[in-house]
Amino acid sequence: MVAYRAGAPILVPQFLGDVQRVATALGRSAYVLNACRDRYHFSVGFAASLVAGKVSLLPSTHTPEVVRQLTAFAPDVVCLTDDDNCSIALPLIRYPHDTAPLATAADCPVPSTVPRIDAGQLAAYVFTSGSTGTPVPYRKTWGPLVECVREEAKRLSLAGRGRCAIVATVPPQHMYGFESSVLIALCNAHALCAERPFYPADIAAVLDALPRPRILITTPVHLRALLAAGVALPQADLVVSSTAPLEPQLAAETEQRFNTQLLEVYGSTETGQIATRRPTDGVEWSLWPGVTLSLRDGTTWAQGGHVEQPTRMYDLLEIVGAGRFRLHGRVTDLVNIAGKRTSLAYLNHQLNGIPGVEDGAFFHVEDSPASHTGVTRLAACVVAPQLDAARLVEALRERIDAVFLPRPLLFVARLPRNSTGKLPQAALRSLAAAQGKSASAS
Amino acid sequence: MSLALLLKAYRDSMSDKVAPLRQPVSPASLATLTGEVAGLIVEALNLDITPADIDPDAPLYGEGLGLDSIDILEIALVVSKQYGVQLRADSEDNERIFASLRRLVDYVSAHRTK
Repeated sequence: MVAYRAGAPILVPQFLGDVQRVATALGRSAYVLNACRDRYHFSVGFAASLVAGKVSLLPSTHTPEVVRQLTAFAPDVVCLTDDDNCSIALPLIRYPHDTAPLATAADCPVPSTVPRIDAGQLAAYVFTSGSTGTPVPYRKTWGPLVECVREEAKRLSLAGRGRCAIVATVPPQHMYGFESSVLIALCNAHALCAERPFYPADIAAVLDALPRPRILITTPVHLRALLAAGVALPQADLVVSSTAPLEPQLAAETEQRFNTQLLEVYGSTETGQIATRRPTDGVEWSLWPGVTLSLRDGTTWAQGGHVEQPTRMYDLLEIVGAGRFRLHGRVTDLVNIAGKRTSLAYLNHQLNGIPGVEDGAFFHVEDSPASHTGVTRLAACVVAPQLDAARLVEALRERIDAVFLPRPLLFVARLPRNSTGKLPQAALRSLAAAQGKSASAS
Repeated sequence: MSLALLLKAYRDSMSDKVAPLRQPVSPASLATLTGEVAGLIVEALNLDITPADIDPDAPLYGEGLGLDSIDILEIALVVSKQYGVQLRADSEDNERIFASLRRLVDYVSAHRTK
């Protein structure tokens, strides 16, 4: 079996038949923009492209500007879509929708063998936003992709469990979803799920309809929503989170509510996934075998293993041992006060590890009055209804250098997270300014 | 009944295909609810407008109010806390329930348990 849709299995012969059908439908173009929203359709489309020797293009968005830039990159690109209202301005290849569902192996046309794909075949290009505004392509060759997700299956301990059902809230076009919700299933004989559930009630329902073992692939944004939604959470056999580090209290709650382990995956579009950790075990990450990190001119580079070329990382990774690192956040997060160096991400991790802190963030204060020593402190906003300032500062003092203790420390009802769950510094400063105003007005 | 059919039946009951069995709601209470939901949206998303500024028939998602999927999740959470309504979708397509404030309020009115 290859996949589930609404809890019903889709079998290998069906998949192979669908792949042949789509491969024929793709025509003569060398490049395919796979815009299928259904994860099974996406997987069939990707496999069909492989079989037909075509390269899948996987940009992170399909805005008209990006689509225009793709045609400059690959003039004959066509778009495979399962959306009747697809408005992408490319020649459209419509995914051939199922006729009668083929319920048993006996009903399916049976191709003679599962197609073998050469390890050196270029499977896809992924794209990042370049500083010049043109998307930057990164090659994804079949061999390294398979190597990467075979190791992922080991780290997620999939082999011992039997065939797993893997449900994801992330799109298959993004590197994380591509690896962890499509390739991991196709390359390790597990079952992917056609759905991409969004609302907490839907995520719970899709998970609940699947047989065990079942695995949830998701992100901090969706986990926060799931845990806050007041829906009954079905038991899962594993929860995986990526795209941003998860606050430790959220990780602990996830493990408790789903009654399973939570693993985090770290990676990038350029490198694919390169490390895992279990946040309830500690902050350090463990690198994929063969992948090494090095520091060049203050930036971290990754290479080796399945990483196809030496790649600059846009996070500050501190090497703490063989194959192990700590994540200190984006390079722009760096903090330097009176000669002592840390990062906002590191400080935030410490703050959020304090029992009673529901959410918290450090930030730089602008326009603070000049001190005699010229030192500017960090401020922090915190959501911690059960704590007072004295106890919180005492707890912080046990975790971070005194020079980083926040001034001011503001207790707020909510942090101003933006549409990606991030906390823009400007929003934090506005919040602080508003608190200051209301405090002085009262 | 197979699991697949059970799931479909449950989802159908949450959609517009099956009319909910509920007392008709008076226009006055619907107006009150509209004001409340608009207020929840403005507060939850920290929007720089007043609840009365939201045109009840303008799109919430994409154009109109221009919310994105993270905003939608946020609204789904406040709506579930306030009214006990769990928002559902047949896919990741938010456009039906969030086609307008009026559509969202109708949905909440029909499915609220608080």
